[in-house]
Amino acid sequence: MTMATMNDALAAARGNRRKLGRDLAGLAVILALAVVGYLLFPNNLALLTRMTAIALLVLSLDLVTGYCGVATLGHAALFGTGAYAAGIAAVHFGITDPLLMLGCGILGGIVAGLLCGVVILRAHGLPQLVLSIALIHLFHEFANKASSWTGGSDGLAGIAPDPLLGLFAFDLWGRTAYVFGIVLLAVVFTLLRLVVRSPFGMLCRGIKEDPIRIRAMGASPKVTLMKMYMISGAVAGAGGALNAISTQVVGLDSLSFTLSAESLVMLVLGGTGSLFGALTGTIVFMFFEDIVSAANPFHWLTMVGALLIAVVLFAPKGLYGTIAAVATRWREARR
Amino acid sequence: MSAIFEVRNLKRSFGGLAVSNDVSLAMAPGDRVALIGPNGAGKTTFVNLVTGNLTPDSGEVRIGGEDITRVNAIGRVRRGLVRSFQVTRLFQDMTPAEHVALAVLQRDGRAGRLFGNYLAMPDVMAEVGDLIGKLGLRDQMHRRVREIAYGQQRLLEIAVALALKPRVLLLDEPAAGVPQSDTGRIEQALADLPPDLAVLMIEHDMDLVFRFARRVIVLAAGTIIFDGSPSDVTKDPRVREAYLGSYANAGHAA
Repeated sequence: MTMATMNDALAAARGNRRKLGRDLAGLAVILALAVVGYLLFPNNLALLTRMTAIALLVLSLDLVTGYCGVATLGHAALFGTGAYAAGIAAVHFGITDPLLMLGCGILGGIVAGLLCGVVILRAHGLPQLVLSIALIHLFHEFANKASSWTGGSDGLAGIAPDPLLGLFAFDLWGRTAYVFGIVLLAVVFTLLRLVVRSPFGMLCRGIKEDPIRIRAMGASPKVTLMKMYMISGAVAGAGGALNAISTQVVGLDSLSFTLSAESLVMLVLGGTGSLFGALTGTIVFMFFEDIVSAANPFHWLTMVGALLIAVVLFAPKGLYGTIAAVATRWREARR
Repeated sequence: MSAIFEVRNLKRSFGGLAVSNDVSLAMAPGDRVALIGPNGAGKTTFVNLVTGNLTPDSGEVRIGGEDITRVNAIGRVRRGLVRSFQVTRLFQDMTPAEHVALAVLQRDGRAGRLFGNYLAMPDVMAEVGDLIGKLGLRDQMHRRVREIAYGQQRLLEIAVALALKPRVLLLDEPAAGVPQSDTGRIEQALADLPPDLAVLMIEHDMDLVFRFARRVIVLAAGTIIFDGSPSDVTKDPRVREAYLGSYANAGHAA
């Protein structure tokens, strides 16, 4: 091995170690926040579990929007389909094991991802955005009309999941659902960290910057994006299933344009193209929404709007993105 | 030697305007050909036609004897027809090492892998280090492309193309926009290209053309008006008239 190759190998090993360190730190932060949340809000675990489910939706959106540059305002289609798939499996087919319900949700999300991907990826830019809006309305209307399966506007009620692993019943205080959600989030986060750093993740980042260059390398942007849409569907579907299992009801709001738009707002708030950004945006937005709506039920939306304007104007990379950029500049200045 | 790359009677019109008019050429492995012509001669259209980004009205494109006229752009790259771009098309937030690694992984059919990291793949890293070293980019290997000089970005374009192990390489103005002080490095990179690789270079810089090419093709109004040795190109009256007028006169005056 030449000296130059050895230096490259050492640099690569250092880079790998640094990334592994960040992965472990990220995982530790998720678990630490989960413990803090449990201790600080023991009577509001339902909110924290809902936050975890939405975090999965925002992570899923980050995969297609942040990492691949796909513009979408219809991503709740994947989340809602996952929720309905888990709910319908339980209510109509008697599949009440929470892990099997989760599997159904993931499968439903993948199918929805495939459908949405096939339609949305046919266009770019504004037409793509319009297609995504049309899709979420179609999904919503379909769920509304198929009321014998979905409960229509009344929602799909009567979901009664079995105890988790046959041991932990889903209690009234939501402890089991909370722990289930946090473990699910930690597992998904870890897997996604590996995926976004993989050759596939690199290919996706390339497509976001320049699909023509990627084609000139002999790779198909469309096939790659379809694959990412299906992965994204699996993640959003898992979030939907978690929501169905924890609340034991699935409403049409899980397939709404509003949820799609809110998830995009959360992503932009935290910072696109970073899994940490997606988590930050979800936590900040949902806490802010909860606190402000309780403090001032009449003007809370105004305050949420003001927060968003402030972030977009003064921290265009999002909260996490801006902090990460400042930290990088500081590190480079010290070198 | 049999042709590795062949274009037969390639025609394409936009409305009534023929931008590629019965263009035919053949190249053998190791050929160094320069394609020149005045602005609007149809050089870019020619590249788009052979790379599959434009469909010809008629004619054939062959690589290694296989007719690839109906193969799409991606399929052509996979068969060894690789191009570089006139205006650098690189990923600004990625490093040169990532660019070359992605090309190597794509070539080997491993770019779709969901797990693993190229930094931990010794075979990929060895190839990345080798190519980056050959093109003099080792010090910039792990810096983001936006942070490296334009001349180095042009070299990276060539590195990415070579990482795909092409059989035919189309270089679209490899020295375009590069400061005079850096063109030497590009010329060296061109001189060091694999000897069995067929290279077709589109270039405006005639000094570079004469130093690089062993054969020059001149395109004017979508038609090949000259195909021969560099020493003869300036003597051809049609070429003088269409393109080289001022350069040839300047050469005679000197």
